[in-house]
Amino acid sequence: MPILPPGINETDFSAALGQFAETVGTNWVFTSDEDVALYRDAYSPFWGSDEEKLASAAVAPESVEEVQQIVRIANRYRIPLYPISTGKNYGYGGSAPVHSGSVVVDLKRMNRVLEIDERNATCLVEPGVSYFDLYNAIQEKGAKLWIDCPDPGWGSPIGNALDHGLGYTIGHFRDHFGSHCGMEVVLPNGEVLRTGPGGVPGSKTWQQYQYAFGPQLDGIFSQSNFGIVTKMGFWLAPEPEAFREDTVAVYNHDDLIPLVDVTSYLTNSSISNGLPGLGSPLLRAIGTSWGGPDSDPEHIALLQTSDRPALERYGREKNIPYWTCNIKTYGPKEVINAQWAHAREKFASSIPEATFTEGEKLEFPLTYEQGEEYQQGRIAGGRVDFGIPNLSIFQIISRTPWNPDPKFGHYYFSPMIPKTGEAIFEASKVFTEAYDQLGLPRPPQGITSLPALYYQRSAMLLMALQVTRNVEVDRKNRSAFKELVKIAAEHGWGEYRTPPAFQDDVMNAYSFGNNSLRRFNETIKDAIDPNGIISPGKSGIWPKNMRKA
Amino acid sequence: MIRRIIAGILVSLSLLVAGQALAQDIERGREVFQYWCAPCHDDGAGRPGTIALQILYNGEKPAPLEERTDLLPEYTKTIVRTGISVMPFYRKTEISDADLDALAAYLAP
Repeated sequence: MPILPPGINETDFSAALGQFAETVGTNWVFTSDEDVALYRDAYSPFWGSDEEKLASAAVAPESVEEVQQIVRIANRYRIPLYPISTGKNYGYGGSAPVHSGSVVVDLKRMNRVLEIDERNATCLVEPGVSYFDLYNAIQEKGAKLWIDCPDPGWGSPIGNALDHGLGYTIGHFRDHFGSHCGMEVVLPNGEVLRTGPGGVPGSKTWQQYQYAFGPQLDGIFSQSNFGIVTKMGFWLAPEPEAFREDTVAVYNHDDLIPLVDVTSYLTNSSISNGLPGLGSPLLRAIGTSWGGPDSDPEHIALLQTSDRPALERYGREKNIPYWTCNIKTYGPKEVINAQWAHAREKFASSIPEATFTEGEKLEFPLTYEQGEEYQQGRIAGGRVDFGIPNLSIFQIISRTPWNPDPKFGHYYFSPMIPKTGEAIFEASKVFTEAYDQLGLPRPPQGITSLPALYYQRSAMLLMALQVTRNVEVDRKNRSAFKELVKIAAEHGWGEYRTPPAFQDDVMNAYSFGNNSLRRFNETIKDAIDPNGIISPGKSGIWPKNMRKA
Repeated sequence: MIRRIIAGILVSLSLLVAGQALAQDIERGREVFQYWCAPCHDDGAGRPGTIALQILYNGEKPAPLEERTDLLPEYTKTIVRTGISVMPFYRKTEISDADLDALAAYLAP
């Protein structure tokens, strides 16, 4: 028998489950140990410990009306619910609730692509639709449109956007919440709200402009527990004509500063509209370079020291760049060639010693074989650069030649820092010292991570911690993570997203004005969800009856 | 590939023999494999499951699952519902018990 929701007696819980079954059918209410175990987070940092966050049951509606009815029943019996879309948010919680004992509302059966508008490049989907599903629907329709997908293609466009997920293609499309347009939300009282122009009955422009009359509410339904999103519109990219990827290489440590500055200028000017990728061939094990340190013993020895000039000299002698940046550009063939020529001039005028390598040049649509060829040797990135969903990213944690003894998953410490070389150096120094202090493995030459540049005006560090399923090791890692959150906050850096295990810590780091952000969220929560039934604790937002004094 | 050809032959034969239900199950199993398993376990670039099994078996067994001849149905069903290594388990809203039976039959020797 799975656990009960805290404070709910068996009689009430049984009555609620019975009414859920009347709503969705007995086949779609899961109560056995075996079935409820499938809602554990496979990458839980609590796996096997007393603190693991577990569901009490799951219910899988097929329609908005069924979601409304589930919410009404939950209010009647004060049952905490935890909606999931495809449940594939591994590393950020999977399908397990934040509050143990919640009933998971599994929206996977709501899996319809409701609309694809090729002329206006928009779509409308339900939460159970995956990136694979949306991609396939576009291919079947023959529409010349691209989706923008994150690395794992089995996730939900709605779930990913709501958790501020990111992708790989063109400019603003990479920001999945930022490129949504229109939401339908079942509110905690069971009513249905449509945002944006969807507020007009029979709206003809729901997916066409993002604002409506009055306050734009969409943001309060992301990373929150203020409702259950049942539909969402997205803007898609018209398939571009061509793509090119070129690499800039620099040889001095401090060249990272102008390298990032010129990259930012190109991004902010839309001269380069793809995702820039920072790497360090000299440091090898970080950034976009995979495969571990070079086999040259001299190189390996230098990586263990702090002797930067010696490492720079070694790189020059061996022609191994300290830093590289991949510049990707999409558009008409002649235009992107001219854009790269301009970009090259900008880099060369700022960093005279920079060298350039021309890489892939592709025209669309790709053949299947071209997609496969492009994927070869790439892990983060690859076919996702063209909006083609896949699962290649799992090579970063699965059994590979450079990881022969894989663990059971991972989760990321992911603070946002300014998009400058100086900030990268500062963060690297701070987190290298923190790694030493916390007993985490020290990275080569003190660089903890090169940031990902998904967002146009900020940089994201992604530092993975392994899920070992060794209760004691995982406990120590959780403790280290919490310290990293505090250290980041002391330097003005906050996380963009985090697993349920750390959502209270991260929300508390956003403490400006005596935690006015968290308190305002709580004010909203108490007003619209007085029984506290929707995802208690999500993003550190607890309803009044569960808040610690 | 051989399994795909066999699946095709079975579907064709199903029009003629009493094995129609079995052939339909196996065709459904192929669809389930393509949708849920192929992104990691197909042959091709960047399939993490195939890469992992290449290293694990070192040539003793084929790495792509469709080429295996030793996947007993109970084993397939257990792995799908319990996960293994970094492969997570699948909920019944994703792979129903009926679809899992079909998948296991498709991959069975």
